[in-house]
Amino acid sequence: MLIMNIDNTQNRRDFIKTTSIMAGAVIAPGVMLYGVSQAYSELEGVTSDKRWGMLINVNRCTSDCNGCVEACVKEHNLTEEVPAAIKPQWIRKVGLRDKQTDKEYSLPIMCQHCENPPCVDVCPTGASFKRADGIVLVDKHICIGCRYCMMACPYKARSFVHEHLNDQNQHSPRGKGTVEACTLCVYHIDRGEKPKCVEACEKTGHKAMIFGDMNDPESEIAIALKKISSTTLRADMKLNPGIHYQGL
Amino acid sequence: MKNVTFCVIKGSSPLFYAGIAISIIFIALGLYSAYNMEHHGHIITGMNNQIVWGLPHVFAIFLILAASGVLNVASISSVFRKIFYHPLARLSALLAITLLIGGLCVLVLDLGRPDRLVVAMTNYNFKSIFAWNIFLYNGFLLVCILYLWFMMERRMQQYYPTVGLIAFVWRLILTTGTGSIFGFLIAREAYHTAIMPPLFIALSLSLGLAVFLIALLIDCRETRCSLGENILHRPKTLLGVFIAAVFYFVFVYHITHLYFTGRHGIEYFLLAGGGVFTVLFWFGYIFLGTILPLLLLYHERFTHSRSSIAFASVLTLIGGLSLLYVIIIGGQAYPLEIFPGMEVTSSAFFDGASMHSYVPSIWEILLGISGIAIAALLTVIALRLLPFMPRSLADKDIDESLT
Repeated sequence: MLIMNIDNTQNRRDFIKTTSIMAGAVIAPGVMLYGVSQAYSELEGVTSDKRWGMLINVNRCTSDCNGCVEACVKEHNLTEEVPAAIKPQWIRKVGLRDKQTDKEYSLPIMCQHCENPPCVDVCPTGASFKRADGIVLVDKHICIGCRYCMMACPYKARSFVHEHLNDQNQHSPRGKGTVEACTLCVYHIDRGEKPKCVEACEKTGHKAMIFGDMNDPESEIAIALKKISSTTLRADMKLNPGIHYQGL
Repeated sequence: MKNVTFCVIKGSSPLFYAGIAISIIFIALGLYSAYNMEHHGHIITGMNNQIVWGLPHVFAIFLILAASGVLNVASISSVFRKIFYHPLARLSALLAITLLIGGLCVLVLDLGRPDRLVVAMTNYNFKSIFAWNIFLYNGFLLVCILYLWFMMERRMQQYYPTVGLIAFVWRLILTTGTGSIFGFLIAREAYHTAIMPPLFIALSLSLGLAVFLIALLIDCRETRCSLGENILHRPKTLLGVFIAAVFYFVFVYHITHLYFTGRHGIEYFLLAGGGVFTVLFWFGYIFLGTILPLLLLYHERFTHSRSSIAFASVLTLIGGLSLLYVIIIGGQAYPLEIFPGMEVTSSAFFDGASMHSYVPSIWEILLGISGIAIAALLTVIALRLLPFMPRSLADKDIDESLT
C-alpha cells in the first residue's frame, strides 16, 4: 500500500507538471496577443485631452474661391451626377449680406462638430456619435437611414446617400441609404495631418482656415482664438460647435 | 345586466372579398414600391436633402396616431367604467393592433436601410426619443394583445381592468413619444415646442375615433348587426369634442408662434405664403377637417343621419392627414435660419431659398396607402377568425343599466 501511494503521488506530480506546461503553452500566446491588441488602443486611442476645431477667417475667404469644396469632393469622391437637391454637401460655400450694413461675406459651412450635437442625441441606434476628441461621425455599419439626424441638425450639414455609388475611395467609404457628413478627414488627423479643405485653403494662398487642437494652449488655433474675437453659428442654441468664424 | 354575445363575420359577401382583394393589391403595390426604393435608392422618391421625411412619414404617423387613439373606446369601457362601451372594446383593441402594424410597416420600409431592422432592435441610444418609441410601439402591441386576451378569456376577466389601465397609460406615453419626435427638435422653428405631445394626443383621439366609427359602420353592415342610435350617438358626440380639442391645440400652437416676433416668418409661411401648405391648412384641415365635420355632427339638420356620421368621420381623417402634412413636410419646407440677421446671397445647398420644394412620387403614395391596406387586411382576417363583433348593437339589446 505504501509503495503504491508513493507511485501515485509521483504520477500526480508529473501529471500536474505536464498539464501546467501544456496549458501555459496554449494560453500564453493568446494572453500575449490580447495584451498586444489592447496595448494599441491604450497608447494610441482618442482621448478628450484633445478637442479638434477650426477657425475660419471670413475676411480672408473670397466668393470666387471654391478650393475647400473641390478638395472635399475629390477626397471623398462626392462626384455623383444627381439633381442639386440630393447632391451630397459635406462642405458648401455660402454668400451672405448683412441686412443692416449691406456688408457681404463668403464662408464655407460644414458639420460644425458640436460639443453637444443634436444629431447624436436623436440617433436611435447610436450610429451618430462623437469621438472623445470632439469629431462627430456616422458609423455607417449601424446607420439605418432614418434621417432623424438630418431633421435635428441646425446647420443642414448632413446628406443622405440617395443612390447607388460606384468607384468609392477606399479611405472614405460611403453607403447607399445611410447618412453622411464632414468627417474632418479624420483618418488624416489620426496620422497627424490636416483635413483636405484646410490644406486646399492654404494652397490657394488665402489661409482662411486654421485647424488644430483647441485644448493645446500652444497650438495656432488656441492662440488665435485667445487673441481675436470669433463667433459660432447659432451660438444661441448652446451647442458649442468646434468650428469658429472670425469676422462674421 | 344583459349578456353581450360576439360573433365572427361570415365572410361571404362581395364587400368582404372586394375588401380583401383591394387590400392585397395595395399591399403588393406598396411592397413593390419599397423594393424599388431599396433597389434604386431614395433618388426615385420626391424626398431630398432638404425634405428628408416625406409622404410615407405622414401616413406612418397618421396610422400610429390612429392606432393609439382607437384604443380609447376600450379605455372608456374598462378604465372609466362606462360599461355602455363594453361591447365595442374588442373591435377597438383589434384596430389598435392592426393600425399600428400598418404604420410601423410604412415607417420601416421607408428607412434607407430597412434590411437593418435587426440593428435597430439591438443597438439603442437611450437619449433618442426614436429609440424609446421602438420600445413604446412594441410594448403597445404586446399590451394590446394581452388586453384583448383578458377581454375574451373568461378566466382572465378579473385582471381585465388592470391591463386596461396599463394600456391606457401606455398609449398616452406612446403618443407623447410620437409628438416628442418633433417637439424635441431644436433646429426647426415649426417644431421645438412642448405643445406637440398634447396636440398629437388630441389628434390621435379624433383620428382613432373616426377610424373606429367607419370600421363599426362597415362591420355592422357586413355582420348585419343591428346598430342602435344610442350606441352611435355617444361616440359621435365624443368625436365632435375631440375635433374641437385638436383645434384648440392647433390654435394655441399658432398663437404661441405668432406671439414670438422671431417666429413670424414660419407663421406667415404656414398660414399665408406657403402655397400648398397654406391651402392644406385652411381648406384641408380647418374647413374639411374641422368646420364641416362639426357641422355634420352637431347641426340639427344632419346630426341624426348615419351618413352624416360616416361622412364626418371620413372628413376628420382627411383633415388629420392635411394637418400632419402641414406639420411634418411644411415644417421642413421652411428653410433653417442658420445666419440670423443675414441675407443669403448664394448657396449650393438652397440656404437662401424661400421654400424647399417637395412633390411626392408615386412610390411614396403607394407605400403610404399600403400601410392602410395592411391594417385593413389584418382587421378583416381577424374579424373572420375570432369573435370581435357583438351579435347585436340594437338599442333593445344594450341594457339601459349599462348607460
